[in-house]
Amino acid sequence: MYPDPEIVRLVAERFVPVRVHVKEDGSEFKRLGAMFDAQWTPTTLLIDSPATERHRIEGFLPKEDFAAQLELGLAKAAFGRGAFDEAQRTFERVLERYPKTDAGPEAQYWAGVSRYKATGDPSALGETARRFSERYADSTWAKKASVWRS
Amino acid sequence: MPEQINWSHDFESAVKKAQQAGKPLLLDFSAAPM
Repeated sequence: MYPDPEIVRLVAERFVPVRVHVKEDGSEFKRLGAMFDAQWTPTTLLIDSPATERHRIEGFLPKEDFAAQLELGLAKAAFGRGAFDEAQRTFERVLERYPKTDAGPEAQYWAGVSRYKATGDPSALGETARRFSERYADSTWAKKASVWRS
Repeated sequence: MPEQINWSHDFESAVKKAQQAGKPLLLDFSAAPM
């Protein structure tokens, strides 16, 4: 999926990319694999400095799914930094751009959590639960949000 | 825009570059043909 122009643009604009190859960078692969518990390829980690893992993608994904996971990771990184407004916007962007991928329901869940964390308004969680009755109702994330229904 | 991703193979340098750029690191463990 990496030669795809959209993926190349996204990575170039938003990330500093580093690759360790199982054969070409054998000793680094072992060292960093042990450090980050990566024992399979492809494994792609989104890491905030200095060494905080924010998101993990294990196994191959088609282009749209991979792009969605990259942007989901950016949203999680913002959430992890406590930038909840930015996180909400980025999760919502995942929903808009990649609604048919597995990232969609996860983004919908965390968009609601981000809004709650940004505002302190618990109605954000109830509204998120109601969103799940309209979209992604059969997802695991809908089950997780069901506790917020009033 | 580059046609391919300009992968670094130096983790420590990439960490420093990421800190300076204010961007997250994308660390790819790969077995893809080089």
